Amino acid sequence: MSISQFIDNEVKSNDVVLFMKGTPQFPQCGFSGQVVQILDHLGVAYKGLNVLESPELRDGIKQYSNWPTIPQLYIKGEFVGGCDIVREMFQAGELQQTLKDKGIRSQATA
Amino acid sequence: MPMDAGEIERLIKATIPDATVTIRDLAGDGDHYAATVISPSFRGKSRVQQHQLVYNALKGQMGGVLHALALQTGTPEG
Repeated sequence: MSISQFIDNEVKSNDVVLFMKGTPQFPQCGFSGQVVQILDHLGVAYKGLNVLESPELRDGIKQYSNWPTIPQLYIKGEFVGGCDIVREMFQAGELQQTLKDKGIRSQATA
Repeated sequence: MPMDAGEIERLIKATIPDATVTIRDLAGDGDHYAATVISPSFRGKSRVQQHQLVYNALKGQMGGVLHALALQTGTPEG
């Protein structure tokens, strides 16, 4: 399986996927840590994929989304954004709305 | 080889000529900047698309030489 098939499969078979540096328990980059905090605050179940474990994944994800940095958040297979965009959306309540619209349980919908 | 603020602004304006660009150096190390890019050509584009336009303008520097660029984009109306 090619790296893009792997990525495609992950984002399509998990509602919420976060490609990050480190793990949700131990983020290893400030930006990844910020997105983890937001998702944990919203109580959203998500799959964390550590790009530091695989240079192939680390580059593959950037090609897949045409986005040069990590972290990258995907909801229902769709690329939502990196740290800046997720934070902006969260502050504007748009992230909560997106989760609600896509039928994903979170604090906002609980 | 970190980038300086003027270089970032020049690259963005070269690709998005009608952009108003303001850059703040966050750490003084040429590696951590915050940039606000306002341009009428962002109208109708999602945040992701707007940011991609800026990243493409930075010609692959983003994520490599430029580790952190906190981006804020929008149209003149906000």
